[in-house]
Amino acid sequence: LSPFPTDARVAWLLRLAAFSTFAVIVLILGFLVRESWPALSRVAPGRFLSDPSWHPTEGLYNLGPMLAGTLLTSAGALALAVPLGVASALFGRYYAPSGVARLHASLIELLAGIPSVVFGFWGLTTLAPLVNQWHPPGTSLFTGILILALMILPTVALTMSGTLAAVPAAYEHGAAALGLSRWTTIRGIVLPSVRTGLATSVMLAAGRAAGETMAVLMVCGNVVRMPTGLFDPVRTLTANIALEMAYALGNHRAVLFVSGLVLMVLVLALVGAVEFTTGGRRHV
Amino acid sequence: MSERPSRSRHLLPPRAADRLATFATWLVALGGTSVFVWLLTDIAGRGIERFSPGFLVESPLDAGRSGGIGPILLSTGLIVGVALAVAAPIGLGTSVFLAEFVPKGSRSESLIGCSLDVLAGIPSIVFGLFGNAFFCVYLGLGFSILSGGLTLACMVLPILIRTVEAGLRSVPGHYRLSAAALGLSQTSSLIHLLLPAAAPSLIAGLMLGVGRAMAETAALIFTSGYVDRAPGSILDSGRSLSVHVYDLSMNVAGGDSTAAASALVLVGVLLVFNYLARSLVTFWQNSKIMSA
Repeated sequence: LSPFPTDARVAWLLRLAAFSTFAVIVLILGFLVRESWPALSRVAPGRFLSDPSWHPTEGLYNLGPMLAGTLLTSAGALALAVPLGVASALFGRYYAPSGVARLHASLIELLAGIPSVVFGFWGLTTLAPLVNQWHPPGTSLFTGILILALMILPTVALTMSGTLAAVPAAYEHGAAALGLSRWTTIRGIVLPSVRTGLATSVMLAAGRAAGETMAVLMVCGNVVRMPTGLFDPVRTLTANIALEMAYALGNHRAVLFVSGLVLMVLVLALVGAVEFTTGGRRHV
Repeated sequence: MSERPSRSRHLLPPRAADRLATFATWLVALGGTSVFVWLLTDIAGRGIERFSPGFLVESPLDAGRSGGIGPILLSTGLIVGVALAVAAPIGLGTSVFLAEFVPKGSRSESLIGCSLDVLAGIPSIVFGLFGNAFFCVYLGLGFSILSGGLTLACMVLPILIRTVEAGLRSVPGHYRLSAAALGLSQTSSLIHLLLPAAAPSLIAGLMLGVGRAMAETAALIFTSGYVDRAPGSILDSGRSLSVHVYDLSMNVAGGDSTAAASALVLVGVLLVFNYLARSLVTFWQNSKIMSA
C-alpha cells in the first residue's frame, strides 16, 4: 500500500520469483508422474512387490529387495546416528568447556559439508577393505549402515543442538535450585521437554538417509537380492536408479521413475509429519 | 513419569550415573571427531601423492588414470556458474518477498516456506530424474552443462533463500521505519539500505549454494553427463569433479589414486567455501549485536 508505482511493480516481480519455487515442486511432481505413467497404467501396482524377480528388460518388476535395502540401511543408520548425534549435541551444550564446544561444533558443521561421493570413496577404499578382513564381502549392508550413520550424524547433532539451545533457561535454573545433578537434569527435565525437536530431527535424518545415493551406491555391493544377514550386499532404490537409468528404456525407465516417485512421496510424508508435529512453527 | 527417576536410582546411584553420562558424551564426541579426522587425513594422504600444480590444468589421460583434471574443473565451474546465475535472482527475489513483503505466518509465507522445506528434502537422485526428463528430454537440451546447471539451480534454492531471508530479518526494524519516515519508497529503501545491510548474508548464501552445487553428484550423472573433454559451450556435456571421483573409483580399475587427488581438491575447495560462509555469518551477527 505504498504511494510509489515502482513498489507495486517490484512487489509483483518478487511474488513471481517466490511462487516459482512452488512451481518447481509442481513441475517435479508433474514430470515424475508423467514419466512413470506408462508403468503405473500398464503394470498393476501389486506387481512391484509380487513379481518373481527384478528383470526389467523381461517385464519382471519386483522392487521388494531394493525397498528392503533402503529401509534396512536407513533404519540401521538411524539406530546408530540418533543416540550418537543426541550425545554429541548434549556434549556441546552441557559437558564441553566453551572452547572445546566451539571447536566440536565447527568440526560437525564441516562434516556436514563433505560431499556424499567423498564418503562413498572413503567407504569403498578404506572402510570396505577393513570390513572385508573381518567379515567378507566388504561391500555390504553393514558398511552401508556405517557410512550412512556417519553422514546423518551431523544432521541429528546440528538440529538437536538447535533444539537444546531453545530449552528455557528457567528449567535449568529450577533444576539447579533443587540440587539435581547434571545427568538427572538432562534425563528428567531437558530430554522430555525436547521430544518434539527430537522427533523432527529423526524425521529429517530419515529423509536424508533414505534419499542418499552416491555413498550407499559405492559401499553396499548392489546385488539385487533380499538380504538375509547384516553382511549381505544390498541394493537401495536410489542406487538402483543411478545404476540403471543410463540404459533403461520404455517400461524399465518408467519403473525407475516410479521408484523416484516413491522416494518423493516418502519425503513429502516426512516433511508433512514435521510440519504437523511442530504445528507449522518452522525454525528458519 | 514420576516413577522413572526413582527406578533409575535403584539401578545406579546418581553419582555413578552422572559420571557415566559425562564419560559417554566425551567418548562420543572424541570418537566422532577422530573418525572425521581419520577420513580427512586418509584422503589427504592418498591424494597428495598424485597431486601437483600441473594436475589442476592437464587433461585426463587413459580414462583418468593419468593426466590431470583441467577440463573437469572447467566443466564444474560452468555447471556451478549456470546454477547460481539462475538461482541467485530467483532466490534473492523470494527471500526479499518472504522477509519484507508478506507478514510472517500468512498463507503465502507458509506455502512458500513449505515448498522450500520440501525442496530441501527431495533426494538428489530424484532431482536427477526430473532434470533428465524435463531439461534433457522435454526441453531438448540433451546431456549438457546447461541441463546440469538448471537442475542444480532448483536444488540450491532452499539454502540460498533461507540464508538471505535470515539476514534480511535480522536487519533492525528501525531501519525500515526511518526510511519510511524520510519518504523513501520501499524499493529504494531495499536497494540502498536493507540489501547493503544484509550483504554478508547474501554472499554467505551464494557461497553455501556453491558448496551444495559442487558437492552434488547424483543429480548430475544423468543431466550433464560423463564426457571428460573440455566443453566448447554450455550446450556440451561436461563432467563435474564429483562425478569424476565417482567414475574413477567405481568404473576405472587403477583409478583410485587420481580419484583420491580429485577428492582432495573437491574437499579442499568445499572446506574453504563453507568456512568462509560460516565465518561471514558469525562475524556479521557479532557486529549486529554490538551495534544494537
